Amino acid sequence: MSAPILELTDLQTHFPVHSGFFRRRPAGTVKAVDGVTLSLGRGEVLGLVGESGCGKSTLARTILQLVPTTGGTVILEGKNLTTAATAGLRAARRDLQMVFQDPFASLNPRLTVFAALAEPLRVHRVCPAGDVPARVAELMTLVGLSPAAAQKYPHEFSGGQRQRIAIARALALRPKVIIADEPVSALDVSIQAQILNLLASLVRSMGLSLVFIAHDLAVVKHISDRIAVMYLGKIVELGPAAAVIEHPLHPYTRALVSAIPVPDPDTERTRQRLVLPGDPPSPINPPPGCAFHPRCPFVQEKCKLAIPPLTPADVSREVACVRLGEI
Amino acid sequence: MPLLTVTNLRTSFHTRHGVVRAVDGVGFALERGETLGLVGESGSGKSVTCLSLLGLLPSPPARIEAGSAMFDGVDLLRCAPRELRAIRGRRISMIFQDPMTSLNPYLRVSEQLIEPLLIHEKISRPDALARGLAMLEAVGINDAARRLHQHPHQFSGGMRQRVMIAMALITRPELLIADEPTTALDVTVQAQILELIKKMQRELGMAVIFVTHDLGVVAGLCDRVQVMYAGRVVETATTHTLFRAPLHPYTRALQRSIPGLQPKGGDLHTIPGLPPDLARLPPGCAFAPRCEFATDRCQTETPALREATPGHAHACLRAQAGEI
Repeated sequence: MSAPILELTDLQTHFPVHSGFFRRRPAGTVKAVDGVTLSLGRGEVLGLVGESGCGKSTLARTILQLVPTTGGTVILEGKNLTTAATAGLRAARRDLQMVFQDPFASLNPRLTVFAALAEPLRVHRVCPAGDVPARVAELMTLVGLSPAAAQKYPHEFSGGQRQRIAIARALALRPKVIIADEPVSALDVSIQAQILNLLASLVRSMGLSLVFIAHDLAVVKHISDRIAVMYLGKIVELGPAAAVIEHPLHPYTRALVSAIPVPDPDTERTRQRLVLPGDPPSPINPPPGCAFHPRCPFVQEKCKLAIPPLTPADVSREVACVRLGEI
Repeated sequence: MPLLTVTNLRTSFHTRHGVVRAVDGVGFALERGETLGLVGESGSGKSVTCLSLLGLLPSPPARIEAGSAMFDGVDLLRCAPRELRAIRGRRISMIFQDPMTSLNPYLRVSEQLIEPLLIHEKISRPDALARGLAMLEAVGINDAARRLHQHPHQFSGGMRQRVMIAMALITRPELLIADEPTTALDVTVQAQILELIKKMQRELGMAVIFVTHDLGVVAGLCDRVQVMYAGRVVETATTHTLFRAPLHPYTRALQRSIPGLQPKGGDLHTIPGLPPDLARLPPGCAFAPRCEFATDRCQTETPALREATPGHAHACLRAQAGEI
């Protein structure tokens, strides 16, 4: 693989928590992202999975520098975004765009589709003003919308169509990397398939790199080359998509895979299921040692002592579990 | 005799933009102890069907135009409000999708949990509290004695859904209607809640109507499935038959559009277009504009639900004619 386009090194995003009537008393720190090291290859699709509250979305926002980083670096094509000045950051964001979960909330209801798509083109002066309408029409065609609908407002579109508009907007500046945060979770199954196919074909045709965040493992497996599994701010397993889902190594990944309902009555009724007890712990006071140990069926004393680092399990897999070889 | 027999239920909403036919001729029979899955995309009429049965739709704008729902000799759609109140929350309970909004944030869990007992069984508060405590333990809440007196915000999403289930089951109902009870939860918590519903169903021998859009959940839980589209039932069969030998093009397309079964790289099967606007339904089969098998006849003639084999019915003209 050539040099990665995006590299995260020991990335940390901690939020201070305050309590008391005036919220002045410091009460701890939420370690939303806590020491994430990841790289994204050119043209690669990296799936990021985990339960709500595990830090997936904060990681996405940290990569784009929408929230301040407390440690580590984000390097996009050799440029360190965590130290970049505002102007440098704006330039970098041309190459790094985001698609959000809720297409009802992420589009300005007062802007027509044309205005929404023309805005990034004008702000970044990517083409002469006279070429803007043609470029908008091109973008709409690219995502499967009719350019004739350019003067409509977001409320006139369905959820799937709005997500297409959001994708078109992300593509307007011809970025190199797109970060999609749960782009299909709000959509119905039949529409979800349309958007997944669209994203996959855009990645292929435009040579994009994609970070695809979702909680639905089946969806992530379908679109990703590699999958990273997150638990409480840390990556616990990383590897090729098919291997991670078919032969999960970390106990948490195993539980996640076993919790997905399979749309097949015979398999679904006969397979052994690993049902985890309890809820994900609070990120304010994570348990000592491995954060997963209170819910882990394979827990031992040594799991409670030190935080397991992400270590290579074979050539392409990394797993953060001290009992890796034993279970 | 079935526990619940719904025939030709038709519910519409009368709005400024016209009449929305949300449920149009839905019927099914549910035996004691049986689990029926109602599957469909948003707007297919799954939830409205359930809410109509329990008289929970505000009228206006909702209007139940026709049909009957016989529950143990009583027509739920026509009986006196008093009679319905005696059944609802006692013999039929419902759990909703969002445990965050279906609990009252001002009241302690204990108050909400024992309310059905105080109303329906007229037992004393201490007795009701004792049963509430037992119920919280039964749904797997640790430290239930302390938890009982807490407020909903002190519970996580999965715990709140457990409280909702405890509340619904405390009167030992004969029928539980679960409207997407796990959609708002994480997969690991969803697995816990589904196990819990199965366990409680075995213990109480109750029938369950399970509304979901997730075919995977249906596969593990339901005895029979009804697939809904644009307010109508398009196919109904035992779970096994529906997954092994689906006949309606919509059911088939839905199954093929789920990722996970296909290898990576291949395009997912998609259903082109969008679900129809229920205020402006096309004539003929509502799925015809998106159907790969549609002919001119499908655009004009409305298909009726007909049995292909005993217990397996579908509403597709072309499949009924043996053409596909």
